[in-house]
Amino acid sequence: MDGVHDLGGMHGFGPINYRPTTEAFHEEWQETAFGLMLGSVILLQNHTPDAYRHSVERMAPSHYFAVHYYERVLTGVTTLLVENGVLDHADLERRAGGRFPLAGPVADKPLADLTPQSEQRFNKGDVVKVKDFHPKGHTRAPRFCRGKQGRVLHVAPPFPFPDTSAHGGAQREEHTYHVEFTARELWGDNGTDNDFVVVDLWDSYLEGATA
Amino acid sequence: MSTNDVAPIAARAAAVRSALIEQGAMAADALDPIIHWGAEEWKPENGARVVAKAWTDPEFKARLLADATPACAELGYHGPQGEYIVALEDTPSMHNVIVCTQCSCTAWPVLGLPPDWYKSPEYRARVVREPRRVLHELGLDLDPAVSVRVWETSAETRYMVIPMRPEGTEGWTEEQLAELVTREALIGTALATPAS
Repeated sequence: MDGVHDLGGMHGFGPINYRPTTEAFHEEWQETAFGLMLGSVILLQNHTPDAYRHSVERMAPSHYFAVHYYERVLTGVTTLLVENGVLDHADLERRAGGRFPLAGPVADKPLADLTPQSEQRFNKGDVVKVKDFHPKGHTRAPRFCRGKQGRVLHVAPPFPFPDTSAHGGAQREEHTYHVEFTARELWGDNGTDNDFVVVDLWDSYLEGATA
Repeated sequence: MSTNDVAPIAARAAAVRSALIEQGAMAADALDPIIHWGAEEWKPENGARVVAKAWTDPEFKARLLADATPACAELGYHGPQGEYIVALEDTPSMHNVIVCTQCSCTAWPVLGLPPDWYKSPEYRARVVREPRRVLHELGLDLDPAVSVRVWETSAETRYMVIPMRPEGTEGWTEEQLAELVTREALIGTALATPAS
């Protein structure tokens, strides 16, 4: 989905609050959220990391941006537990003593029409172009590289295809490729000559191209 | 969305946990080992040991750059979000920096869970578009002649940066060298700490 989670390259964001810290969690509820995120692998049948990521992406944009990372984690995991009938939303709000905002529903027809590619089609050095597709459901091709052309630096092993994996589709694995884009290709005149962005992309996101 | 009647986040987290326990969906202590691993076992000190070994053992470094997953496992670092690790070697002409623009993935076994700044919308939005400006703000000024590769963690590869070994550390032990490698150096927003 072309959602607010897909932040790469967006304008308007200010300075980074850069405070290198060593502790993973600052408050107990953050530990609980993290524990539930991993624990949900056991609590939910047919659970996938992609379904979890999509549950976070489905949060209302105003909610997504207003809260700490681990509130997004808790909201996403709880949404999946409610959608799958493990927990009851009204019961959770009773227990919590107030409203418990969850993520929005999965879109109708969430998938783009991408032909499965079970065989490795590209090699190191190949020039490829990212398809310009816009599914309403989960995808891991960032908007900033769609329609852009790059060069394969490395071929990674096959991994479950996230677009279908997030939406209960049949098991489908494809190679991913570390595709290097020049900053000029991505950002036009604002790019610097010797800056590059490498994006890890599944085979069926790509098509062959010529330099 | 009206926010004034939303339950406090701690109460919401406690509600989910208590409901799952009372319904018998999970044991009362089921989350404890997960939280222990997240808080104590997956940490950047692990990645620092990997880097220090790479700096002192050329054969290990060759294995690490060829296939980092088994090389990290040699030191005992493997597990969730470490299924396919790729090590990125900084050189005098190429600097590497890692981001996950769409969520906040990191290689847990060697970098630990991501720090708050890495998860912030500001870092995720900006570092792919203006990496040098971001690095400058974070205290790292690169020579304009040095190329920058920003690695977007969009699929299942998990990256770690192998920063350059600081000058003046000849003869140092692995333990001494590991002290110079922060989580930020493993992500690429800092260099290894200079020898003092």
